[in-house]
Amino acid sequence: MTDTPAIELREVCRDFRRPRTSLREAPPVVRALRDVSLTVGRGERFGVVGESGSGKSTLLRLVCGLDRPTSGEVLVEGRSIGDQPARRLGWLRTRLQLVFQDPMSSLDPRMRVRDIIAEPLVAQGIHGDHQARVRELLDRVGLDPGAAGRYPHQFSGGQRQRISVARALAPDPDILVMDEPVSALDVSVRAQVLNLVDEIVDGLDLTLVFVSHDLSVVRHVCDRVAVMQDGQVVETGETERLFTEPGHDYTRSLVAAIPDLHAALAGRSAQDLARGAGRPS
Amino acid sequence: MSDTAGRTVLAVEGLDVGAGHTPLLHDVSFSIARGERVGLIGESGSGKSLTALAVMGLLGEGLHARGDVRLSGRTPATRNLLEVGEAEMARLRGDAVSMVFQEPMTALNPTMRVGAQVAEVMRIHGTRDRAGARARAVELLDQVGLPDVAHLARSYPHELSGGQRQRVVLAIALANDPALLICDEPTTALDVTVQATVLDLVVRGVQERDAAMLFITHDLAVVATVCERVLVMYGGRVVEAGPVEQVFADPRHRYTQGLIGASDLTGEQGRRQRAALPTIPGTVPAAGRFPSGCVFRSRCAHETAECATQPGWTPRGAGRVEGPGRAPGGDTQDEGAAGYACFHPAGDAA
Repeated sequence: MTDTPAIELREVCRDFRRPRTSLREAPPVVRALRDVSLTVGRGERFGVVGESGSGKSTLLRLVCGLDRPTSGEVLVEGRSIGDQPARRLGWLRTRLQLVFQDPMSSLDPRMRVRDIIAEPLVAQGIHGDHQARVRELLDRVGLDPGAAGRYPHQFSGGQRQRISVARALAPDPDILVMDEPVSALDVSVRAQVLNLVDEIVDGLDLTLVFVSHDLSVVRHVCDRVAVMQDGQVVETGETERLFTEPGHDYTRSLVAAIPDLHAALAGRSAQDLARGAGRPS
Repeated sequence: MSDTAGRTVLAVEGLDVGAGHTPLLHDVSFSIARGERVGLIGESGSGKSLTALAVMGLLGEGLHARGDVRLSGRTPATRNLLEVGEAEMARLRGDAVSMVFQEPMTALNPTMRVGAQVAEVMRIHGTRDRAGARARAVELLDQVGLPDVAHLARSYPHELSGGQRQRVVLAIALANDPALLICDEPTTALDVTVQATVLDLVVRGVQERDAAMLFITHDLAVVATVCERVLVMYGGRVVEAGPVEQVFADPRHRYTQGLIGASDLTGEQGRRQRAALPTIPGTVPAAGRFPSGCVFRSRCAHETAECATQPGWTPRGAGRVEGPGRAPGGDTQDEGAAGYACFHPAGDAA
């Protein structure tokens, strides 16, 4: 059982139909994912990078069972989720949890922090002392236990993201999926949250799927990275290899376009960045 | 000093902004010379955007500004911009000084074709006649690297991608050859390859016009790529300033040091070992809740009793390192151009 990958995608396609433009022709189809095959091993920190419209979010929705593939198979811990109705996916919610980009829109403003964090336990029908669990989780993510009685708007952006992480950890999942968790944060707070991610992924032995458009963040966090473009995975590889010797032209242009403090101080100008990016128009 | 005076485009002296009794900016002073690109960095809530809005005369209702802001564009700086009327400011905006905002979709008019929006700014300021403005608009759109401009000029903002929209905004900002271009996080909403292209266009547009630029961002790597000089803001004050190479390679203020540590994910030679990132403890306090004395002392590891009084400005030698590809600086900088306000500075001075 131990060699079953945490997440496996087999030739997954997802097409979206656009509204019909003519009565005689079939409606146009957007191919959001095209034959994507991926394997994320247990305990791995897997990154997904790509620009807007590359299919990152569609991929994420499929992995979380929020959407179904048009064709192909999605397996989580060896169990297929692509062909199951939502009511049969209860087990998935205790195994896999999500942290979203914007904590303000993913936390209910009318709920107290203790109810937000305990909600996955209530929804999954997990019994036990919820309040004790909430205190433990708040401590784990570095928040004061007194925070339990307050509302989300009373916290700063970084603290809200900690609340999101605590909620995701509540049902004791094996897999944590994070969708741009630090994009909305300031650099100093971003560093705090990245340290927290490091600590919980190591401490709880989680499998991490980390989606971001910020390549330097992915480089810091992940062991292995998949690069997406136009609904396809164009390259997958060990993070360091991918950044130092990108194999695909698209990866190369992405890596070359990252502004870097040290490279800039050594004289890399905006023109050099643009040249590396290949000036798409 | 004398030859900077002739080349200074923007001179801000002792700018204070407040809302009611809550002070928001304190004693912000800096100047930007012709052809110089200056970055303004700090976390959200440090007062970066407020500084830009005060210079543009775009402060919201209930905010009041005091101090001295002088702009020498086509005419020499004789008046304090904080004292001139709205009609006069409207004549300056889009002409001598223009601005690129973060979100291009809200900066553009959704009901007007983009070509007409570029032409409008020239018509309003009377720089060109109707046919001339229309022809020049197409030319400008071409200069910012947009494809098939004759056709694109007739499209509406919603038909363009985010990067294309931001290029249209840049074309509008550059239309009247401003003496000062202010960019407020112009690439934060863009993908990394598009960001690279837009940054290149901004720098080229400014260089071709020998204009001054104030570039606001929280991304240190972007500032290092684009700017020659940098101002670090925290709690409504400029806490450190100097040439990019000096400030980033050898920061003095503890806040600058913390920012660099927290944002540097890669380390000197590519990847750092997976170690905890250095962080600045806590978060930026709400406006008006900053401590007295040194604004950073509530988050600083080096705080002592001395920090309860406002630290003075320590000028730093203009011993600027000339990086390749950077404009020669010379020692025309005045004392305020490089320095820091900290009792317990990092680096050699410690």
